[in-house]
Amino acid sequence: MKTLPPGLIAVLSLGLAFLYLPIVVLIVYSFNASALVTVWGGFSPVWYGRLLHNSQVLDAALLSLEIGMAAATSAVVLGTLAAVALVRVPRFRLRFLLTGMVHAPLVVPEIITGVTLLLLFVSMAQIFGWPRHRGFTSIALSHVTFCLAYVTITVLPRLAGADRDLEEAAQDLGAGKLRAFLEITLPIISPALISGWLLSFTLSLDDLVISSFVAGPGSSTLPMVIYSKVKLGVSPDMNALASLIIMLIGIGVVVAGWVMRRAERQALLDRALAEQG
Amino acid sequence: MLPRRQAHWLLILPPLLFLTLFFLVPFAFAIKISFADSAIAIPPFSKLFSTTPDGHFVLTATLDNYRYLFTDDVYILSYIFSLRTAAVATCVCLLLGYPMAYGIAKAPKSTQNMLLLLIILPFWTSFLLRVYALQGIISEHGLLNNFLLWLGVIHAPLRIMYTTLAVQIGIVYSYLPFMILPLYATLEKLDGTLLEAAADLGMPAWRAFLTITLPLSLPGVIAGSLLVFIPAIGEFVIPALLGGPDSLMIGRVLWDEFFANHNWPVASAVATAFLVLLVGPVALYQHYQSKGQALP
Repeated sequence: MKTLPPGLIAVLSLGLAFLYLPIVVLIVYSFNASALVTVWGGFSPVWYGRLLHNSQVLDAALLSLEIGMAAATSAVVLGTLAAVALVRVPRFRLRFLLTGMVHAPLVVPEIITGVTLLLLFVSMAQIFGWPRHRGFTSIALSHVTFCLAYVTITVLPRLAGADRDLEEAAQDLGAGKLRAFLEITLPIISPALISGWLLSFTLSLDDLVISSFVAGPGSSTLPMVIYSKVKLGVSPDMNALASLIIMLIGIGVVVAGWVMRRAERQALLDRALAEQG
Repeated sequence: MLPRRQAHWLLILPPLLFLTLFFLVPFAFAIKISFADSAIAIPPFSKLFSTTPDGHFVLTATLDNYRYLFTDDVYILSYIFSLRTAAVATCVCLLLGYPMAYGIAKAPKSTQNMLLLLIILPFWTSFLLRVYALQGIISEHGLLNNFLLWLGVIHAPLRIMYTTLAVQIGIVYSYLPFMILPLYATLEKLDGTLLEAAADLGMPAWRAFLTITLPLSLPGVIAGSLLVFIPAIGEFVIPALLGGPDSLMIGRVLWDEFFANHNWPVASAVATAFLVLLVGPVALYQHYQSKGQALP
């Protein structure tokens, strides 16, 4: 059993404290009874109760959830198609273009993506008369562009590492190419699809910059509402909202990670048994 | 059944067409509008082509927007300021992230997964909300000032909020996981026998670190630094929430040009110029990324 030198333990603890302290303080202060955010006035869940009556926040949350689900689902479909194309089709015209466009959204600053997408929607409305109003559709479509990239880079290594023998065996036994892929390979890469969906969903829920550009009047997502409030400084109801979101995401990630690790272990076990038997 | 070759296009076309329309074509529009004139209209820019009554095409493109980027020095100054702020924050990230990644790589396997989860977890939680949470620490009546006042180290609250220092702290805080993960990936693969050999031959640990570990982890250092540096230059949320009026980063200038000044052609020119300037660091990153994958 190796132990770390005390210096490294100190730096690690310090670094982790730096990462987590602001979140812990935020959550603690979200239960502050006092309306003054800097003075501790006793424990109270009052600000959480207020959120339930804040229709602006609730509407925005609903819109964000809808956009997140639509964007994540479309991104998983398109991103997986792109990954399958890049792994399974070694040569095709425009391959370089697809590779480039799949990776580029990860390095282009959000603010540039936002500006260019708005210009696209405005120009399209001018030329084709569509989209007539910017809102749900324009925001969800914009989110798909960067979520797609994350899905592809999550699925790509998993698909490249997937064993093709099983799929070929299924084909030898008479399954069609598509059926062999859907019944054999798709379950193998499904953990990557799930993490791709979850990652897309959280990224979409969190996006402020791109949404601000492509949203029309009257369609504010949750980050846009939060941003307009916290720009003026710390406020107790935003503390409660932020804590709620962070706790939900934190629990979701830990549970999803645990479920996936268990599924993976089960799959390895099944495989080992199959090879033995 | 379709012939093999054509069936492939059923896979390729949907993502290809989608990305072309929603990623590539938008840049074409941005470049086009960057040559247009600003106009009081909806949308607020002039047409690039027009036809005269007798059917001739007239091109009304102008380079004025690009010329403007050089005449009003706010653009160049904010770009330099963005580069400097991002560079300082990247260095701090590296100085903090390297020993952390090293510690994780050296930790027992069971602890390693736990520590990695702790590093990745903030990446999943909302970026905007984490920047907001940081305010509770560094603001005038935040935890840090209260703690230092209580210790008696300072007698008046430090002014960190709404300064460039706050922006740098914000970048380090938000992007630290991006630095640690590639560093950990290279350090974890490092061949331990080299260090043992060096120790057997009597090399002191610090020299072994400098001559063996550090050079071998250089791909991780470069990948991590660029992963922090590139997005930090274009950062909007951090300077907008934590910075003061003087911390004008290029992302904020672009935002204001769009939403406050409604000058879309100039904003398009800023975006285009910024994108061109990003090609260098991104190409560098791609270069080291492909080199890193070639390593065993």
